[in-house]
Amino acid sequence: MAYTETELAEELENSKYKYGFTSKFDTDRVEKGLNEDIIRQISSKKNEPEWLLEFRLEAYRNWRKMKEPKWAHVKYEKPKFDEITYFAAPQPKKKLDSLDEVDPELKEMYDKLGISIEEQKKLAGVAMDVVVDSVSVQTTFKDKLEEKGIIFCSFSEAVQNYPDLVKKYMGKVVPPNDNFYAALNSAVFTDGSFCYIPKGVKCPMELSTYFRINEAGTGQFERTLIVAEDNSYVSYLEGCTAPMRDENQLHAAVVEIIAMDDAEVKYSTVQNWYPGDKDGKGGVYNFVTKRGLCDGRNSKISWTQVETGSAVTWKYPSCILKGDNSEGEFYSVAVTNNYQNADTGTKMIHLGKNTRSLIISKGISAGFSENSYRGLVQINKNAKNARNFSQCDSLLIGDKCGAHTFPYIETKNNSSKVEHEATTSKIGEDQIFYCQQRGMDEEQAVSLIVNGYVKEVLNKLPMEFAVEAKKLLEITLEGSVG
Amino acid sequence: MSTTSKKDKFIANFMKNPVADAIGQQQTVREEAFQALRELEFPTLKDEAWKYTRVAGILNKEFEVKEVENPALSENYLIPDLKVNRLVFINGKFQSELSEIIDSDLDIKTTAQARFENHDAVGGYLGSLTNHKNEIFTALNTAFNQTGAFVQIQKNKKPQFPVHIIDVTEGEGVTYQPRNLFVLEEGAELDVIHTIEGDNGQSFTNLVNEFVIKENAKASYYQVQRNGEKNNHIQTTQVYQAQNSRFRTGTYTFGGKLIRNNVNIAVDGENCETILNGAFLLNGKQHVDNHTFVDHLQPHCESHENYKGIIGGKATGVFNGKVLVRPDSQKINAFQSNQNILLTEQAEINSKPELEIYADDVKCSHGSTTGQMDEEALFYLMSRGLTKAGAMGLMIQAFAAESIEIVEIEPLKQWIESLVEERCKEIQD
Repeated sequence: MAYTETELAEELENSKYKYGFTSKFDTDRVEKGLNEDIIRQISSKKNEPEWLLEFRLEAYRNWRKMKEPKWAHVKYEKPKFDEITYFAAPQPKKKLDSLDEVDPELKEMYDKLGISIEEQKKLAGVAMDVVVDSVSVQTTFKDKLEEKGIIFCSFSEAVQNYPDLVKKYMGKVVPPNDNFYAALNSAVFTDGSFCYIPKGVKCPMELSTYFRINEAGTGQFERTLIVAEDNSYVSYLEGCTAPMRDENQLHAAVVEIIAMDDAEVKYSTVQNWYPGDKDGKGGVYNFVTKRGLCDGRNSKISWTQVETGSAVTWKYPSCILKGDNSEGEFYSVAVTNNYQNADTGTKMIHLGKNTRSLIISKGISAGFSENSYRGLVQINKNAKNARNFSQCDSLLIGDKCGAHTFPYIETKNNSSKVEHEATTSKIGEDQIFYCQQRGMDEEQAVSLIVNGYVKEVLNKLPMEFAVEAKKLLEITLEGSVG
Repeated sequence: MSTTSKKDKFIANFMKNPVADAIGQQQTVREEAFQALRELEFPTLKDEAWKYTRVAGILNKEFEVKEVENPALSENYLIPDLKVNRLVFINGKFQSELSEIIDSDLDIKTTAQARFENHDAVGGYLGSLTNHKNEIFTALNTAFNQTGAFVQIQKNKKPQFPVHIIDVTEGEGVTYQPRNLFVLEEGAELDVIHTIEGDNGQSFTNLVNEFVIKENAKASYYQVQRNGEKNNHIQTTQVYQAQNSRFRTGTYTFGGKLIRNNVNIAVDGENCETILNGAFLLNGKQHVDNHTFVDHLQPHCESHENYKGIIGGKATGVFNGKVLVRPDSQKINAFQSNQNILLTEQAEINSKPELEIYADDVKCSHGSTTGQMDEEALFYLMSRGLTKAGAMGLMIQAFAAESIEIVEIEPLKQWIESLVEERCKEIQD
């Protein structure tokens, strides 16, 4: 029996109920299933221009012809695309009066993560006005950004307010017929974020969907578009370390980044969606298409991801290094436990001269999970003097899990240098022994060693994020020792 | 024309030379292969295992099984200063006058003869390791192979001299499918040298080897590929290793137009050692695809893999190595390395080292590098009076040497090194 979205919703519903949540399904939804009418409905509900509807329909027609990819090293029940409700207006959650009403399990995790009381309240949907007026905080940020000419808003707003920009760049990096899930997203995406950094502007703060968590209600088909004009800089954070109890089983997001001459975009993700229970039942499918285009000379795109959640992850943040001297980076920590499956990695497509790319991937598998690195480094004919270095390490905790490495390294000219190395091993008994000798218990020892192992990647995260991510790893791996 | 009819047409050429020599178990194996041929399709670039190698070029041509009128053995085919038990096949046909067995008690015959005698080992082993139900080229060989070498070494025996198989292809539009079987009983030892030679005619050779290596046995297999420049060569070597056994293989490619080497090793016993090395020195429009698979089914084993690519002209090299460590195969040390030098702008290398690990107490790693000649080192050598070509040649030899080191037969090692030296001169032009 396939585990359906309804069951997941029910389960979450029940578990929430157990701890005193009440949440009602909102009625503003389109019917289940997918056809052109539904897409027209979504488009009209969102009051979209004609060209965007055409974009959706074309994507949908392409999607109909496509087959679900099977090559990834993951096991899962195929989602039933007819069972999904593709549009639901954000549900007004019941505001809780105090933190005491929050699910103790969630609360415990917040505490472990060291999330501040204010943030905890916000995340759990506790009314904030008593302590901090989050809206005013947000507004301060918005004013500051507007001053600089930076556009940072939800995708729907962007479609209404900046249609020219959206039309110009949307689908440029991830065309609507790119792959099965990108096509699906292009047809039915509901919202997401839009970010535009004008020429010569360095964004003064880390942009984060975090700030918009309530207003966005991002939904399962999220679409993000980041455009960095000449000589600009932005650091963008997606997701958060707190566990997100999402009701949607299938997540198919698309992220597009365009970096012009001398621009730099840093994109960091921390993903901690519901991974299913200890027996592998349920959990979120995370099928994401993320791609950045280094369009201009000397441009740079850097992806950093910490993946701990989701039952199935299928995600390859990529860089197309088109501009001469452009640079792509990929730092990843992927942790799987219990019955989680992850097939993740990157693609570095070198087209321009003197392009450089760096891949650092750290996989950790525990329990009965499967964790694969799959990456492509392609140096094309004209990418003279291109340079790549890849390091993909896997750590196994327990003898029932799997760690795999599938790199594809294609070199088509003789002036480039490409290096790849990968190792797979477990935590050395001598290392644990050493730590135990100094008074740590085994779990602490493992946590210490794991932290050292992923340090290279965590260092790339913005400070606050890194601290939380570190703790998140500890929590994910809890109970995997012994 | 659709691929199916292309396939039928291609296979029809082999039907002209049917084989009806098999009885008993062998008959079953042939029938399985025929069945597979009906069901399977030839791979395209969409098949993950053939992602970088296009075989359509082979299917578009017509090949026939042809005999040579006056078979002769060129001096050039022999390895200097090495005494061997020599088996010569020309266009797939065994040449007894050109062959020579110097070990008196060596159990060696052709697979055709063994099959005819329904030799026990043949009945039980031939086709027992190959994946002829799922691999179309193996099925093709299994269905239509005429003969090959069959060597069985009895318990604790070791032939004094290595076995040297020479496969020669002569003429235009020739095809044949050698099938070799090597069985090493407990504690036996065997060294096999296999050299592939050929003239300039278009040809298609589809070779399958099977090695059954029992407990405590030691085998080595070195294939030196000096194929003719228009030869299409598909090679599958299937190895089974039992406890405490040792297998080492080296594949050294100099010639050929399109070569695909499949080396699949099932390590099904504890304390085994497996070494797979190779070097390919390519030029012109050569395409060489090295596909290796080490399957660690049992704990406490060690495998080492080292492939070196030197690619010039408009040639393409492919390395796809996979190490699989099955659940509970603990204490495995598996290392894989592929290093490549691209000499020209049009040269291309696709490297895909893979690890699939299901046991935690292992040490597995792989590395892949692609680069070019170190300018400083070249300058150093040239400043000491070497020509540029001389300096490059020296560096290429040094680069390839690591993969040749494993050859334990000294005259063979020297011969391969001299072939590398010669080839260096060719690929620099």
